[in-house]
Amino acid sequence: MSHSNTAHDPATAEEESAIAGTSLLPRIAGRFGKTLFSLVVTLFGLLVVTFAIARLVPIDPALAVVGPRATQAQYEAVRAEMGLDRPIPVQFATYLGDVVRGDFGRSNLTARPVIEDVRAAFPATLELATLATVLGVLLGVPAGVVSAVNQGRWPDHVLRVVGLLGYSMPVFWLGLIALLIFYGQLGWVGGPGRLDVSYELSYELDVTAYTGSILIDSALSGAWDVFFNAITHIALPVFVLGYFSLAYISRMTRSFMLEQLGQEYVTAARVKGVPERRVVWVHALGNAMVPLITVIALSYAALLEGSVLTETVFAWPGLGLYITQALFAADLNAVLGGTVVIGVAFIVLNLLSDLLYTVVDPRAR
Amino acid sequence: MSETVSKPAGSVKAWLTSDTPGSRLQARAINLWFAWSDLVRNPLAVVGLVIITLLILMAVFAPLIASDPPNQQNLADRLMAPGAGGHLLGTDELGRDIWSRIVYGSRVTLQVVALVALTAPVFGLVVGTVAGTIGGWTDRVLMRITDIFLAFPRLILALAFVAALGPGIVNAIFAIALTAWPPYARVARAETLSVRRADYIAAARLQGAGTLRIITGHIMPMCLSSVIIRVTLDMAGIILTAAGLGFLGLGAQPPLAEWGAMISTGRQYLLSHWWVATMPGLAILIVSLGFNLLGDSLRDVLDPRGAQK
Repeated sequence: MSHSNTAHDPATAEEESAIAGTSLLPRIAGRFGKTLFSLVVTLFGLLVVTFAIARLVPIDPALAVVGPRATQAQYEAVRAEMGLDRPIPVQFATYLGDVVRGDFGRSNLTARPVIEDVRAAFPATLELATLATVLGVLLGVPAGVVSAVNQGRWPDHVLRVVGLLGYSMPVFWLGLIALLIFYGQLGWVGGPGRLDVSYELSYELDVTAYTGSILIDSALSGAWDVFFNAITHIALPVFVLGYFSLAYISRMTRSFMLEQLGQEYVTAARVKGVPERRVVWVHALGNAMVPLITVIALSYAALLEGSVLTETVFAWPGLGLYITQALFAADLNAVLGGTVVIGVAFIVLNLLSDLLYTVVDPRAR
Repeated sequence: MSETVSKPAGSVKAWLTSDTPGSRLQARAINLWFAWSDLVRNPLAVVGLVIITLLILMAVFAPLIASDPPNQQNLADRLMAPGAGGHLLGTDELGRDIWSRIVYGSRVTLQVVALVALTAPVFGLVVGTVAGTIGGWTDRVLMRITDIFLAFPRLILALAFVAALGPGIVNAIFAIALTAWPPYARVARAETLSVRRADYIAAARLQGAGTLRIITGHIMPMCLSSVIIRVTLDMAGIILTAAGLGFLGLGAQPPLAEWGAMISTGRQYLLSHWWVATMPGLAILIVSLGFNLLGDSLRDVLDPRGAQK
């Protein structure tokens, strides 16, 4: 530190140039390192919890394998084979190693490795949550802007009611009501499941599985009848989940926009003669988008989780349905494997939104 | 104090609105009175209050309000439409009166809400204030654990806990509480940090107060209003989670009248007998709407910084 005075005086030219240019990348890298560290710690915590849950279960896994009529020797042998006779820290280390290699054990329900089941079910959940988030953003952001511009007038009140209902409604109940009206009464959409039964039978023949997403795969395979049938099935769950996303996103957009519209630069732009529409939708919304990115990522993560109940209602063969069905079969490997995968997706999305925030907002660096 | 209270109504109001409180109790009463009058001036808050009051009355006087015992089956009267045969909201697949089951179900809902509201915020409050006051490694470790729990998907974690502990209403409550405390710890810690260096804390310390006394006597009370707002806003989410667990068959077990579980059975008769699933869902919607309305308005009254958002 030869230039000790520069270190204490932030207004010197050297410091300013450093802020503007050279040290930007290292700072983002530093932030990235911290995020990575907290990612690892949080994932470790998640695995500690799932491991603890597996130990909590009143079922003895070894006894479940050998059955109640096995001899003590057989029981001991299976216990040793499963590693249950080893100290807890060793068992945890083994579990950690298995999970890192993607080995969640075998599902009792499907008799396949859990990771394969999860790989088959995850695209369905992802497809649902992604489309619902897109819907929530496309409708929620403009709704929030309109309601902020009309603060205290009727569009604002309408939006408040829509939002409050969204916060207060059980998602599975709304799904059932939607099925009752749009499937049972009006017949506008397909029922539960991803396809009509007739399409499901020939699905393997018509469509090549590129991604696991039924819409993308059928479009790529040119099976347009499958594609349109899939749309009639996915529409309802997407609208139901999207409504909850809309309620959250529009409310946050409104609050961010109100904050921006009260700023001096907005007044300055208006005084300068910038058209009102441009002030609202370009100047103010542009700045409100920064915190909104976090909100959108959080709502995406919440939808991945919220899909558990929605998938049950719509018999949607995603991860949520997989976990609940495994729960009832006391298939602990499958439950914990699914929990870890959703937990990881959730944590990664959370941290990603954190990172995006630093990239988009210069002040957060 | 006693002579002030015994005065006629007119002077009670004067006592409550006096700008020179004569005692600590009076000062607190004045604060509460003004918060209360702010609250009841907001029509939405009144709606929320009325809903919650009705819920409590319904739970307390369930035997008087319900037309039938909640588990009384009558297979001759199964799946009757609302209004038919003296059944206000119809009957379910076993001929049980849906209105009566909803009335008794309010007891289960209140029980869940009360138990979670008593455990999770208290635990979070302790963790947050201890971490904030002591600081250093204690703070870092406690907050890291909080962050880990905060980063988990709540419903999935509750599902996994219920899977391990076995389905049932008590385990469901335990699982919800276990996943609900981290936000309270965050809130309490933030409040603690803002008062930790205040002069009155230093004064208390100079008078010989220990860390425990400072936390319980001087810091926790400062965190209470933030925590209470959060509890009210959280209640709706807790009700929805409990109902979700019930719907999946992991919460309350039959024949206990629980709203989520009632929707789950009604699901099988959805297309032919819509009311079986619809009615309990409406009950959930109304009650969580009540908590949301009250929580929103409470925040405006108790926390002016967060108002208008």
